[in-house]
Amino acid sequence: MRIALFITCVNDLIYPGTGRAVVRILERLGHQVDFPQAQTCCGQLQANTGYRQEALPLVRAFVSAFEPYDVVVAPSGSCVAMVRDGYPRLAAEDSTLSAAVAALAPRTLELSELLVDVLDTTDVGATFEHRVAYHPTCHGLRALRLGDRPRRLLAAVRGLDLVELDEAEQCCGFGGTFALKNPEVSTAMLADKCAAATASGADYLAAADNSCLAHIGGGLARRPGAPRPIHYAEILAGPEEGR
Amino acid sequence: MTGTGRISAAVPFPTAARRQLADPQLRANLRRATRTIRNRRSQAVDEVTDWEALRATGAAIKDDVLSRLPELLEEFETRATAAGAHVHWARDAAEACAVVTGLVRATGTDEVVKVKSMATQEIGLNEALAEAGISAVETDLAELIVQLADDTPSHILVPAIHYNRRQIRDILTAGMPAVDASRLTDEPAALAEAARRHLRERFLSARVAVSGANFAVADTGSLVVVESEGNGRMCLTLPDTLISVVGVEKIVPTFADLEVFLQLLPRSATGERMNPYTSIWTGVHPGDGPRNVHIVLLDNGRSDTLADEVGRQALRCIRCSACLNVCPVYEQVGGHAYGSTYPGPIGAILSPLMTGPDSGANRTLPYASTLCGACYDACPVRIDIPQVLVHLRQVGVDARRDRPSLERVALRAASNLIRDRRRYAMALRAARRGAAPLRLLAGSRGTARRLPWPLSAWTTSRDAPLPARQTFREWWAVRAADESAQVAGNPVAGDATHEPEEPR
Repeated sequence: MRIALFITCVNDLIYPGTGRAVVRILERLGHQVDFPQAQTCCGQLQANTGYRQEALPLVRAFVSAFEPYDVVVAPSGSCVAMVRDGYPRLAAEDSTLSAAVAALAPRTLELSELLVDVLDTTDVGATFEHRVAYHPTCHGLRALRLGDRPRRLLAAVRGLDLVELDEAEQCCGFGGTFALKNPEVSTAMLADKCAAATASGADYLAAADNSCLAHIGGGLARRPGAPRPIHYAEILAGPEEGR
Repeated sequence: MTGTGRISAAVPFPTAARRQLADPQLRANLRRATRTIRNRRSQAVDEVTDWEALRATGAAIKDDVLSRLPELLEEFETRATAAGAHVHWARDAAEACAVVTGLVRATGTDEVVKVKSMATQEIGLNEALAEAGISAVETDLAELIVQLADDTPSHILVPAIHYNRRQIRDILTAGMPAVDASRLTDEPAALAEAARRHLRERFLSARVAVSGANFAVADTGSLVVVESEGNGRMCLTLPDTLISVVGVEKIVPTFADLEVFLQLLPRSATGERMNPYTSIWTGVHPGDGPRNVHIVLLDNGRSDTLADEVGRQALRCIRCSACLNVCPVYEQVGGHAYGSTYPGPIGAILSPLMTGPDSGANRTLPYASTLCGACYDACPVRIDIPQVLVHLRQVGVDARRDRPSLERVALRAASNLIRDRRRYAMALRAARRGAAPLRLLAGSRGTARRLPWPLSAWTTSRDAPLPARQTFREWWAVRAADESAQVAGNPVAGDATHEPEEPR
C-alpha cells in the first residue's frame, strides 16, 4: 500500500511537528510513508470564502500530486473534508477533473480513519502521562463523521487520562475567514471554548486540526492555568513503552 | 419577483452582531434558553429509531413539491375553493398586505386577533394594518410580549427568547393596564395567567382572525396550524372571518404526508413528541367555525429562491428553528443581529435568497457562520445550510468581480503562488525566515501577541501562531538526504525524527 502524506499548508509552515508525528506513527506500525513534493494547499480558504475560481487550480494541483497513491493521509479534518466534500462540487463542471476527484477523494483519509479503518489499529504503542481533553473539530465531527475514532486512539495510550470537555461539540469560532470577518463573534465563541477547556482540568487540549488548535491555543495562551493545545498525532507518536 | 418586507438587514451582520454582543444579559438569556431547547430536542430525536429515514422522507416530499409547485398550488386552490374558501395570490409583501387590509376593511372591524405566523411578520402585516387604522393583537404569549415591548421577534419559534422572566414581567405590567403590578410575580404560570385574562376578552369580541399555516394540503385544500398554547385554536374557530397568509412552499401533496411532518416538526421545534394543538380546516362548514375563509398565497421571493439550483433546498424549511438552537453564532448574538424575520442559519440563507443575494446588507449574512455544520445535522428536512452558505458566498464574489477588492487580490495572489510547487516552497521559506524576529520576540511562549492590520483582528483577542524554524518539507529533504547518506555508510549527526518539539 502506497501511503502519501498530505501535510497541509498550515502544518507544513507552522506545525511541522505534527507531520513528523504522523510519519513516526506510521513507520512504527511498519508502513512506508511518501511525501510527494508537488503538493501545496487544498484551497479551503479560497473555496469557503466564495472564491471558487481561485480554488479550482488548487484542486488540479492536489489531484496531480496525489493521484498515483493508494491512500492519502492528512492530519487535518478540515482539509480532508475539503477534498472529500468540497472538491466534487468545485470540479463538477469539468468532467475529466470530476472523474479524477471522484476516484481520489474517497482514498483521502484523516489520520484516525487510516489507523482505525484501514490499518485496524487503535493501540499505536504510545505513552503520554497527562490529563487530556479532546475537542472534536467541526469538520472531523460533522463532515467526516470521525465519531469516536480519535478518542479510541487516545484512550489506548498508556498513562493518558482522558477527561470530559463540556459542550465539546460546539465550534471554537475559528471558521477560516470568519475569525477576521466577524472577529467579535469569533472571540465570544472562543471564550466559551477556552472556559470549558480550562474547567476540564486537562493538561492538554487535543484535536485533529491544527488550524482550530491555533485559534483555541491563541486564546488559551492568554489564560493562566489553561491546558496546552496539542495535535492528537503528537500524542500518538509518544515514546514506545519499554518492552 | 424579488422578496420585500422584513427580510432585509438594515446594517451589515458584523456591525449588528457587535451591538448584540455588548449586552451580557442578552447573552446569558440566550445561552440558557438555547441549551435547554437543544438538549430537549436531542432527547426527543434520539428516541426515534427511524429518525434519519424520517428526515430523508421529509426532504424527499418537499423536493417533490418544489419540482411541481405550480401544479400543486393549482390543485390546492381548486380544492380549497370547492370547499368554500377564497384563494388570493400575492407576489410580494405589499400585495399581500393590501389584500389582507382590504379583506379586513370589508368586514368593518378595526381589530383583528392573530395566530403566531412567520409569513405575516415577513410581510410586515401588523404595521400595514396599523396604517389602515386596524389594530392587530398577537395572541401567542411570546409574540404578545414582543408586541407589548414594541420589539421584533428574535427567534422563529420563541420570539421573546432574548428576555428572561423578570424582563417579561416588567413588559406585561407596563403593557396590560388591567394587571396589578404590585401583585404580579415573575413565575411563568402567573405571567401566562395574566396574559390569558388580557387575551380572553379579545378572543370573544374579535370578528376577524389572521393566521399563517404550517402546511397546506394540495389534495384536500386544507390548512394546518401547529401550536402549543391553544390561542391559535381560539382564533381559528371563534371569529366569523379567518384570513390565512401562506407561503407557496407550505404545500404538501397529500393529507397522508402530514404523518411525516407532524413527527418531524414538534420533536425538532420544542423537543416534544407531539405538540398540544394541531388545527386542520378545509374551507367553510356551516354552523362550525368561521363563515368567511380567505387564503392568501404568498410568493415574496420564493420563486426566485426556487430558481436557484443550490439554494432552492431552503424552501424545504418547516420553520422548526432547530438550526437556531444548535448554532454557536446564534447563541452569541441572538436573532436581531440577522436583521430579518428569519434569523439564525436558515435566515442567513433564506433572507438573501429571497431578496437576491447581492442585495444590501443581506450579502453579509452568508458569512455569518463558521460552517461548523451543526445546523445541517439538526435540520429535520436535511437542508445543507453550509453548502448553501458557501454557494451564496460564491454568488456574491462573482457578482462583484468587476469591482476592486483587496480580499480578492490577496486570495488570488495566494492561489497563484500555491498552485506552483516551487513558488509555494519559496513562499514557505520566505515566511519562515520573515517570522524569525517575531519568534525571537515571542520567546518561550512561541506565539505572537500583537500583529498589524488586518491580522490585528486576530491578535486583539488571541495570540497568533508563528512559522516554525524548519518547515516540514525542509525537514523531509534533510531526512531524505540523511537516509541516503546512511545507506552509503556515512555516520549521521543527529536523528531528525527525534528532535524535541517546539513550544506552541
